[in-house]
Amino acid sequence: MYVKHERHPELPPPPSELGALGWLRHNLFSSWGNALLTVASVALLCWTIPPVLRWAVLDATWLGDTRDACLDSAGACWVFIKVRLGMLAYGFYPQAERWRIDLFFLLLVAGGGPLVLGSLLPRRGPARTLATRGLAAAGAGLALVLHGLLPGLLAAAYLGLPSLLARLRAPAAPGAAAKLGLALLAGVAVHALAPQGVALAAGWTALTLTALVLLVPRADEQGWRLALLLTALPALGAVLFLGDGTWLPEVETDRWGGMFLSLVIALVGIATSLPVGILLALGRRSSLPVIRTLSICYIELIRGVPLISVLFMASVMLPLTLPDGMHVDKLLRALVGVSLFYAAYMAEVVRGGLQGIGRGQYEAAQSLGLSYPKAMILVIMPQALRLVIPGITNTFLGLMKDTTLVAVINLMDLLGVIKSALADSQWLGFTKEAYLFAALAFWVLCFGLSRFALHLERRLRYEKH
Amino acid sequence: MPRTPSEDTPAISIRHLHKWYGAFHVLRDVNLTVARGEKVVVCGPSGSGKSTLIRCINRLEEHQKGTIVVDGIELTDNLKRIDRIRREVGMLFQDFNLFPHLTVLENCILAPVWVRRVPEKEAVQTAMHYLERVRIPDQADKYPGQLSGGQQQRVAIARCLCMNPRVMLFDEPTSALDPEMIKEVLDVMVDLAQTGMTMVCVTHEMGFARTVADRVVFMDGGEIIEENEPEAFFAAPQTARAREFLGQILSHGQQAAGA
Ligand SMILES: Nc1ncnc2c1ncn2[C@@H]1O[C@H](COP(=O)(O)OP(=O)(O)O)[C@@H](O)[C@H]1O
Ligand SMILES: [Mg+2]
Repeated sequence: MYVKHERHPELPPPPSELGALGWLRHNLFSSWGNALLTVASVALLCWTIPPVLRWAVLDATWLGDTRDACLDSAGACWVFIKVRLGMLAYGFYPQAERWRIDLFFLLLVAGGGPLVLGSLLPRRGPARTLATRGLAAAGAGLALVLHGLLPGLLAAAYLGLPSLLARLRAPAAPGAAAKLGLALLAGVAVHALAPQGVALAAGWTALTLTALVLLVPRADEQGWRLALLLTALPALGAVLFLGDGTWLPEVETDRWGGMFLSLVIALVGIATSLPVGILLALGRRSSLPVIRTLSICYIELIRGVPLISVLFMASVMLPLTLPDGMHVDKLLRALVGVSLFYAAYMAEVVRGGLQGIGRGQYEAAQSLGLSYPKAMILVIMPQALRLVIPGITNTFLGLMKDTTLVAVINLMDLLGVIKSALADSQWLGFTKEAYLFAALAFWVLCFGLSRFALHLERRLRYEKH
Repeated sequence: MPRTPSEDTPAISIRHLHKWYGAFHVLRDVNLTVARGEKVVVCGPSGSGKSTLIRCINRLEEHQKGTIVVDGIELTDNLKRIDRIRREVGMLFQDFNLFPHLTVLENCILAPVWVRRVPEKEAVQTAMHYLERVRIPDQADKYPGQLSGGQQQRVAIARCLCMNPRVMLFDEPTSALDPEMIKEVLDVMVDLAQTGMTMVCVTHEMGFARTVADRVVFMDGGEIIEENEPEAFFAAPQTARAREFLGQILSHGQQAAGA
């Protein structure tokens, strides 16, 4: 028989496990192969980095605003980028109207920023409220200072609305509320059909807000912020960018360009491909054969062709099939092409997530009386999407970079603008600078997105069984 | 569709129920009536169709022949009726099926807020009341993954109760639990039985059946082959199959106790 009475004392780990030396040993020199790899990598870095650094930073020309400034330097000529910055950012959007783009992105940052901040800060407590409301207030203030009284008021209204809405209560009786809502919606929709852009945006905002207030029993400030971001802001953006012909001069889409156009395509693509993808994924798992077959055909068809050919088809073939005199804007065609193309990929990502959710979750939701849409929205999708955040991010990143393909149908996105800037006879020969700038711009955007997704993934990881 | 909430209509009435999985005849002419406030324990060997039977009661499974009337509402393809029945019938699963992305409290208020449209404050109050009844009010802000199996099953009970159901179905609620947690869940179920809840419970916990059940139903091969009061059923099972079944679970119980 053996009985142990004393507990073994706790000992510190051996020294080889500790400190910088321990780390080096573990990670860089754990074996001969590893050590060799470490040395080779360091050598490679020493060989490649200094020349690039010398060209791009040390020998580069930063000052001046004519080509002559760069004549006697061996390094990069960033003056070229500086002089063309407006065009790279906005394309051929009229100088006097560019504030409209600035205002939109200001609203995007001040309205979406709190959501990002909210996910970074602790769930409860004053820090979060302070930071999110502070950002909203700062956004409104900035709009007032930069763009004047009316834009300032618009920004204040947009950014302050979520706090107000969160204080509203949903009416108790859903039946009556739904009817009231429908009546209101119809009225607003009619009003919104008026061809003036500002009225349209107001109508759309009112419509969505009424619907949301009536149908959603609970939403906090952040919830409303997200709702506005997905409904009112796009409408506002469309009006700001296009103009309404009365208050804001119209700007045709063929003058849109540069980073602005790239961002518009990316944002629209991201905002539409995910919901459409979710619907397609649900369709593919549907028990109704017609819906299932249609979804499968769509997904497989789209995934089988390159995006370029989809874009070409949308820009060359579509006009041929349309009746005479009917004109669909080229940008709109590209937007639809990119969105529908990426929706097919998104559908498969989401389907992967749905497969990770056990039958028990559906049954628990059903047995509690949740209808199919409610079970999906409240129970299944939050879990399924969380599972596939890496896949979704991946698809978004691909989409963001593939926006550059619209250059082949002569849209002036960042690469398109660069191409035309390079063709300027005054500034020949700055290809390297231009494309490096484009690469950097995309890298910053994509890296930011990927870091945020990574953070979201960690934040949303609930304790597993 | 007249609603008959009168006290003498049975809570559940199943007549000549048949169900097939493809060509496989799982339920064969099952008849079962459960009065209001009655507690029925269903037992029988694995694969005998116990789960299938109680899952038919809230339409997690569809039946092909016969009638099921719950709380005066007949189950048909009519979605409205199915919704109404599901609202009145709570169900507990073997592996709890809490929603892992929501806290305990959020699990409890989800259905009241979104299905019954109870204002959130009221829903939270109700939820806290029931969490106290299952003795875990202090875990309200935790996620299900942070709780033990027994605690999770008690949360699942609270979640059902928040919908204020008239009937509760239990599908082997303790068989996924470690032995030391079975008691805490059974205690809560005994409490619940004392409040007069109508309960249909698939379980092999014979102690629970003895103390709580008004009736024990024994199933084998998709049929109810014996129905009796618990004392009589355990003391003198009438069919050979029931005797064999009881012999098996009793000898297993003794082995477990001896080990
Ligand atoms: N979805 C299904 N498809 C086909 N057969 C099934 C399905 N579910 C259960 N069965 C079969 O039906 C029979 C009864 O199952 P079940 O009701 O789960 O039994 P119990 O709960 O009594 O163990 C079993 O033989 C099982 O294999
Ligand atoms: Mg079973």
